[in-house]
Amino acid sequence: MFAYIVRRLVLMLVTLFGISVIIFVLLRVVPGNIVDILFDAAGFVDPADKANLERELGLDQSIVVQYLHWIGGLLRGDLGYSYVSEKPALQEILPRIPITARLAGLALLFSASIGIPLGVISAVKQGTRLDYALRVVSLSGLSLPSFWLGLLILMASVSLFGSMPIFNPNPKTWSEAFAIYCVPALAVGFRSAALTMRITRSSMLEILRQDYIRTARAKGASERSVNYHHALKNAILPVITVIGIDAAFLIGGLIVTETVFNIPGVARFLVEAIRWRDYPIVQNLVMLTAVVVVVVNFTVDMLYAVVDPRIRYTD
Amino acid sequence: MATINYDTELRRAGAHSTHGWRKLVFLAQRHVLGAFGLVIMVIFVLVALFADVISRFDPLSVDSLHRLAAPSAQHWMGTDSFGRDVWSRIIHGARISLAVGIGSTALGSSIGVMVGLASGYLSGWVDLVFQRITDILQALPLLVLALVMTAALGPSLPNVIIAIAIPLIPIVARVVRANTLALRELPFIEAAKSIGMSEMRIALRHVLPNTLAPLIVLSTAQFGSTILTEASLSFLGLGIPEPYPSWGRMLSESAAEYVRVAPWLVIFPGVAISLAVFGTNLFGDALRDVLDPRQRG
Repeated sequence: MFAYIVRRLVLMLVTLFGISVIIFVLLRVVPGNIVDILFDAAGFVDPADKANLERELGLDQSIVVQYLHWIGGLLRGDLGYSYVSEKPALQEILPRIPITARLAGLALLFSASIGIPLGVISAVKQGTRLDYALRVVSLSGLSLPSFWLGLLILMASVSLFGSMPIFNPNPKTWSEAFAIYCVPALAVGFRSAALTMRITRSSMLEILRQDYIRTARAKGASERSVNYHHALKNAILPVITVIGIDAAFLIGGLIVTETVFNIPGVARFLVEAIRWRDYPIVQNLVMLTAVVVVVVNFTVDMLYAVVDPRIRYTD
Repeated sequence: MATINYDTELRRAGAHSTHGWRKLVFLAQRHVLGAFGLVIMVIFVLVALFADVISRFDPLSVDSLHRLAAPSAQHWMGTDSFGRDVWSRIIHGARISLAVGIGSTALGSSIGVMVGLASGYLSGWVDLVFQRITDILQALPLLVLALVMTAALGPSLPNVIIAIAIPLIPIVARVVRANTLALRELPFIEAAKSIGMSEMRIALRHVLPNTLAPLIVLSTAQFGSTILTEASLSFLGLGIPEPYPSWGRMLSESAAEYVRVAPWLVIFPGVAISLAVFGTNLFGDALRDVLDPRQRG
């Protein structure tokens, strides 16, 4: 077990190192840097000014030096400065994390509390009209772009209340907090709930076909006891993996949803930074995303071993 | 080469005839939802192919006299802030979605197949290197990787196709590799080896055809997500550039402003994206049930 964990941790570091290199190189092959954008906007170009600014931002150095500078800083907890606001990148990123984390947590909660029960019902009632209806709902959940769902919610709120929910970092009332966090979280969570439901359903169906379920039925256990006591306990295992898949899935949904609802979280910040070619922000945010995904997946694998005593990582 | 005999399978399932279109009718009756999905997909492709014939206006022509006009007999889905006909733009938008869907799925799948085959069949250090690269690519969400890619390559149709294809490679490679590893141990591969067939030939003639079924299933599933990713990229303003009528672009950030004054600008492009993706998902599910019964849910 210990050897396995160590091996996994080393692989995680290799993955993160690979991502850092890929992102760094990708951002540097972009034609035009922030200096070009600024000078284009200003309308005139004095080559000396431009060269000065590039030197100031360290853009005149070789790509290897720039990379080592970034990684060295990262290891010391120094993420560099945002080109746009000229504030430390850490100062720009940190306050936005709780907003996105709250949204993601709520969305995950919705996803599990809607997806798992509906997936179980769908599997237990396999082949019935209810199953068909639930499957169509879950497929349509996977087909609706979450930004469109967000726009539809905004539209509904305009026609019902005559206004749109506007983000406020310190909501005064419960209903305001609900509108600010739960509504966007529902827009993102719907898609994840659909995914959770599908995986729960197929995992549950596979379990229901197994011999020990037949045995349980043969000895006279009630339908309810078979479904919820015998089957669900084992079917829930693969669903844990969903949380891992969901993490990556949710981040994509959060990017567009934060944009629709105008929420100043990290996900929308990434899009803004990409538009502005604000490299220090982009590369640090992409690294943050990768760390979250890798750590969540690692945790899920470990959780697996805890929940299912049959799984032992000996390799 | 071992393959599944679908006709025997069909007879066992109760089909009276396995000839021509009756086979199709039988399958459609058993998979109503899949057949419905196929119909949506066919309509989607036809609309894209005959966009010039069906559309009533030039999707790019600006008409300042009819800005933000509500749906009417003349403009079925209204007009946008430049006075462009929404119906015509949606019809032409199908071309972009289809091009991105086919282009990136084909590109991502073909590279993924090569990587997966090489990784699973050659094993050793090739496998090790490819595995690490797939790990790296999979540690980033599809949309994040595609966002950075389009930012690096610049916004244009071919670049969007490449940006969406690259994140697909590891997904396809994983599936093909797993299949190849399982197939390598089977007797017919050993038989091929024992009669002196070259490794390359075994990989291409025996292993590859047997991974086709899961590959087709996976590609259909990915097709819908490529359309969604393009829509998201264009929605964020980093995908297909103006004035081309991409569905996502039509819903771009400014859409929130139109929620009040011109709801048709929000509703119709969203319906188009959802329907196209829904159709491919329905069809993909049915295809999985038919071609890859082991995964049947």
